[in-house]
Amino acid sequence: MDSLKFDLAEIPLRTVNTFLHQEAPGQGVRKVLITNPDGAHNIAVGLDFPVEIEIVGHAGYYAGGMNKQASITVTGSAGTGVAENMMSGRVHVKGFASNGAGASAHGGLLVIEGDAGLRCGISLKGGDIVVGGSVGSFSAFMAQAGRMVICGDAGDALGDSLYEAVLYVKGSIKSLGADARIEPMAEADLATVKALLAAAGPAFDQYAPQDFKRVASARSLYHWNADANQEY
Amino acid sequence: MSEKNLSREESYSYDRKTIDYIRNAAAHGLYEIRGMGAKRKLPNFDDLVFLGASLSRYALEGYREKCSTKTILGTRYAKKPIELEIPITIAGMSFGSLSANVKEALGLAATAVGTSTTTGDGGMTPEERLSSKTLIYQCLPSRYGFNPDDVRKADAIEVVIGQGAKPGGGGMLLGQKVSARVAGMRTLPEGIDQRSACRHPDWTGPDDLAIKIQELREMTDWEKPIYVKVGATRTFNDVKLAVHSGADVVVVDGMQGGTAATQTCFIEHIGIPTLAAVRQAVDALEDLDMKGKVQLIVSGGVRTGPDVAKALAMGADAVAIGQGVLIALGCNHDSYFQNGEHYPACADYSALGTTAGFCHHCHTGKCPVGITTQDEILEQRLTPEFGAKHLKNYLQTLNMELTTIARACGKQNVHHLEREDLVALTLEAAAMAKVPLAGTSWIPGVGNI
Repeated sequence: MDSLKFDLAEIPLRTVNTFLHQEAPGQGVRKVLITNPDGAHNIAVGLDFPVEIEIVGHAGYYAGGMNKQASITVTGSAGTGVAENMMSGRVHVKGFASNGAGASAHGGLLVIEGDAGLRCGISLKGGDIVVGGSVGSFSAFMAQAGRMVICGDAGDALGDSLYEAVLYVKGSIKSLGADARIEPMAEADLATVKALLAAAGPAFDQYAPQDFKRVASARSLYHWNADANQEY
Repeated sequence: MSEKNLSREESYSYDRKTIDYIRNAAAHGLYEIRGMGAKRKLPNFDDLVFLGASLSRYALEGYREKCSTKTILGTRYAKKPIELEIPITIAGMSFGSLSANVKEALGLAATAVGTSTTTGDGGMTPEERLSSKTLIYQCLPSRYGFNPDDVRKADAIEVVIGQGAKPGGGGMLLGQKVSARVAGMRTLPEGIDQRSACRHPDWTGPDDLAIKIQELREMTDWEKPIYVKVGATRTFNDVKLAVHSGADVVVVDGMQGGTAATQTCFIEHIGIPTLAAVRQAVDALEDLDMKGKVQLIVSGGVRTGPDVAKALAMGADAVAIGQGVLIALGCNHDSYFQNGEHYPACADYSALGTTAGFCHHCHTGKCPVGITTQDEILEQRLTPEFGAKHLKNYLQTLNMELTTIARACGKQNVHHLEREDLVALTLEAAAMAKVPLAGTSWIPGVGNI
C-alpha cells in the first residue's frame, strides 16, 4: 500500500488519525491525500513515521502538531498552532498561517508561503521556520533555539526575551522586543539563510541572503538585573 | 536612660517584618524570591472537624471492617482511566527544582502505595518514568522538554494553567540550579536565571483550550485522561471553563501550595485558600451536574490524614501533596542520612541565613538535606531508597488516618465522606467551606441572615 486518500467529508478525522498512528507505519504507506478538510482541527497530529501527507484545502488548529518524521503540506491556509512542538520532518503551508505557528517546535522545518499571525515561532526550541510573507507581533517570543527566516516584515516586539534562537528578517521590523538586537550578518549567517531558503522550496528562490538582517539576543536578561526591572 | 525605660512599642503597620522588607527592597532593588508556600495564617482544614458516628449514625469497626480507598480518575472520555489504590497523589514538581534522586524516590514511594506521581516544568526524566507505575505528564506554558514520545509514555496528561503559589505567574529556576542536564532538557543555556512563560504558546482562552485538549486526545488516540490544573482564584468560573474545555479531571491548587521559587509577593498575596477553593470547585461541578463525571483533585496545604479526609468530605475525589511529601523526605530536617550515618545539616542552614524548620531556600539550590538541589555533592545527601522509604511511611500514615476517620463516620468507602459530616470551628471557615458553625445550623452567607 503506497498511497491512500481520505475524504474528511466522508470519514471522521478520528478514523484518519487512528490509521495514521496505528496502521499506516506498519503498512508501508508513503503518501496520503486528505481532502475536504474544511478547517478541521488536529489533522495529522502526533505522526511518527516517514510519510508524505497532503491536506488539500484549509486546515484548522494544530495541523501537523507534534510531528516527527512526516512531511505534511497544507495547500490552503492553516489555523493556530500549525506544527506546534514539531520534533522533526516538515510542514509546508502554501497559504497563510494563523497565530502561534511553529510554537515550541524542537526540530524540523516549517514553511509558510504567505503571512503568519501573532507569536510565530514563540518558544521555539530548535526548529526552523521560513515565512514568505510577514509575521505578527511577539513573533519568536522567548525563542530558545532554532532559526527563523522572515521574507516580509515583522510586527511589534520581535524576539522579545530571546535566548539562543536567531532570526533573519528581510523587511522592516516594527519594533524589537526586550533583549533582542540587530547584529551584522556573518558569512555563516548568509550560508544559513541560503540553505533555509533553498530548503523552503522554489517559491523562495527570489530572495537573496544578503538582503536579510540578523536579530539575536543581547543576553543581557539571562541573569537578574535590578536596572532592567521593567523588562522582566 | 536605662535599658528598661526605652520605648519598645512596635508599630502594627511598620512591624519588624515590614521594616525588614523595606530595607531589603531598598538595598537590592529586586523583589524577594523564595520557595515553599504561603506562611501567613490562613483558614484551613484544621478549622473543620468531623461529626463522628453516634446514635444518629452507625460507626464501622476501626480495626476490622473494610474501608475502600480505591480511586479512579479520568472516567469522562479516556479509554484508560487512572486507577489508584489511595486518593492521595504526588503533586507536580520538576526535575530541576528537585534532584533526580528525589524524583526517583517519589516514583518508588508512589508505586509502593499504589498512587501516581507527576512530572513538572522541564519534562520527564527516565528515572521517574522507570520508578513510577503511574506517571502524570504535565503540559506547561514553557513546554520545556515537552515531546510526543513522553506524551505517549505517560499515563495521563495534565495541562497546567496555573499553580496555587503563583496564579498568573510563570515558573522560575535560578541559574545555580540550571545544571548541564537541566539546561539540556529545557533547551536553555546552562546557568541562566530561567523565567518561564505564564501563558501557553499555542492557545489563549477556554475555547482554544478545548481544541488543545482535543489535540492531545487525538495524538494519544483518546486513551489517556486529560487533567487541567488551575491555581485557585476565581475557582467557580475556572472549574466550569475547564469542564467546558473537555477536562477529564480538574486539579485545583490553593494558595498554600508550594513552589521551588517565585516572588514572595505572589506566594502571600495572590490566590485564595484551599478551603475556599475546594467548595467553589465542587459547587461548579454540581452546578454543571458533572460531580462524579469529572473528577476533582485538590492540593495546596494538604498535610495530614484529617486534611485528606476533609478534602474528600468537601467533595474532592483525590488530593495532591507537594510540600508534605518533601518534608517526609527530610526537607527542613536538622540532619541528613548518608552512607549509613546521620550528619548534622545545621551549618548549611546557617550559611543560608536560616535554620532547620524555617528554611524556604529551595531557590538557591543549596538545600542542606539534598532535596531541592542540582549540586553533585548535596544531591548525594538523599538516596532514592532512603527517601522512598520515608515517603511511603508518610503516605501510608495519611491513608490509615483517612480510613480511620471514614469508619468513625460510618463509611465503608472514603469517597462516601460528605459535607454533612463536617462542621466549622470558625466563622471564616464556615463561610468559605459553606458548612455550619459547630453546634449551630448557621452557614454565614447562605440563606436568610
